[in-house]
Amino acid sequence: MATFAEKVGKSTLEHLDYIGGLSIQTWATIRALGVALPFTGNRYRWKAAIVQMLQIGVEAIPMVGLMALCCGFILAMQGASELRRVGAMSLTIDLVAIGFTRELGPLLTAIAVSGRSGSAFSAEIGTMMVTEEVNALRVMAFDPVEFVLAPKLLAALITVPCLTVFCNVCGIFAGGVFMFFSTHLGLGTYLHGVMTSIHLRDVISGVIKSVAFAIIIVMVGCREGFRTHGGPEAVGRSATAGVVSSTFLVIVADAVFTAIFYFTGGH
Amino acid sequence: MAMISIRDLVVEYGGRRVLDGLSLDIEAGETMVLLGGSGAGKSTLMRQIIGLERPKSGSISVKGVDITRCSPAELKQIRRSMGVAFQDGALFNSLSIADNVALPLREHTSLAPSIIDLDVWIKLAAVGLAEFGKLLPQELSGGMKKRAAVARALALDPEILVFDEPSSGLDPIVAAELDDLILFLKHTFQQTVIVVTHELPSAFRIADRIAMLYKGSFLAVGTKEQIKASQNPHVRQFLDRVPDNTATTRTVEAYFEKYVQSPAPSPRPWRPWERVEAYFEKYVQSPEVKR
Repeated sequence: MATFAEKVGKSTLEHLDYIGGLSIQTWATIRALGVALPFTGNRYRWKAAIVQMLQIGVEAIPMVGLMALCCGFILAMQGASELRRVGAMSLTIDLVAIGFTRELGPLLTAIAVSGRSGSAFSAEIGTMMVTEEVNALRVMAFDPVEFVLAPKLLAALITVPCLTVFCNVCGIFAGGVFMFFSTHLGLGTYLHGVMTSIHLRDVISGVIKSVAFAIIIVMVGCREGFRTHGGPEAVGRSATAGVVSSTFLVIVADAVFTAIFYFTGGH
Repeated sequence: MAMISIRDLVVEYGGRRVLDGLSLDIEAGETMVLLGGSGAGKSTLMRQIIGLERPKSGSISVKGVDITRCSPAELKQIRRSMGVAFQDGALFNSLSIADNVALPLREHTSLAPSIIDLDVWIKLAAVGLAEFGKLLPQELSGGMKKRAAVARALALDPEILVFDEPSSGLDPIVAAELDDLILFLKHTFQQTVIVVTHELPSAFRIADRIAMLYKGSFLAVGTKEQIKASQNPHVRQFLDRVPDNTATTRTVEAYFEKYVQSPAPSPRPWRPWERVEAYFEKYVQSPEVKR
């Protein structure tokens, strides 16, 4: 029994340590975000942020777009097959529009970014830890938080909401294509239906979620990278841990945000 | 006043004492070699000197500033007067060699780009890599990587230059070239040089003084001649390359006798019916056992 209690206690302490470290890192990065801003910050950090924006955002456009198109079709087809029975086919438009703006858009984007960039952050920083590049930065009087984390966070804060809006557009477009071929509904009529079904608060709630997801993906990915100790195999473990932890926390955060919006009347 | 002054330095990892009350003064302009075997604590001491870790107790003063208690801003300022060449170079793989050297100059100085380019070329030429500036670190050999790391360490013209195992993993000729480079830099730039190594020829070639570490304590600190003349048994063992005879120690002998020489117990044959019979006898047939 004592052994079980010890295991529970050890595991609890480890998780508290992880959450504490993650919180400190997040706060330090938010405080250092100013150095990555254009005009007022360090121009090299801003340049690094632009490079990150290309990697996190621009390079993810095809993947996010295709995922959104597929999910838009799936949602429209699944919804239509049930709604047709009760003669409420037109509600498919609402289902796709609201489903994407509130939920699927931010979540799909976050999962795509987590898979692409979360693991890349862990692997990059993990390699830097193993090869002592982080130590080299510190002895050259660079702050690793400013040098490595701030550009990544700024890039994610800008690109993930943009990708989310793009994902929403693609998903809703896929729903429109389905409606056109299944019910010969014109695209103009479909778009009118979309505009009447979604409200600004739906879009804003989705964007708020995407900002939170961006912070989680960058912070968890980088945290796993900074925890890397050992050889090359440790980098692989960190990359896996980065993508698994960030995806898990994104879904937990999504549940929390959805509950908040639901109970505060946002939805 | 000494350039670096270490007093009663104690470092522990998870309750295990790695450095045990070290005190050492490193004077300006001297080359101090931290010599010792694997696990002696020399790399830990180097990490303390460059401010990567904080000790359990004791102090390290660099240019009169106690880096174990100073503010982050003061530590940053001190670090700008230090150049560190790490064991495997620790060059940024995404940057060319020239960009690696230019990085601290671009970020910590307000020099014009043309001046920075010139300075980078001078530093690369000083280590013999003037023609390789455009290459990436992964395109260089081990020795060239180490020299590139030295060029980057020299970028801000530091007063203190630290080398972590400069000769390890190199063939004797390249290792001797690096020793020559350290001597050349010392004579040219008049820097305080700290070298962490376990290579005896290299240590005796470049050192002004040697601090010999053994299990987290200094066995001897002195000039090359004093270290060579030392009669301390551990110093002599290290200098004369006498093995520890680990294979003949009592622990290994006992292990050998127990697990290798004695016949292994034969595995018990798997007869499940015997266990069923025993259970039956104990719990069903015997009248003492109450259900």
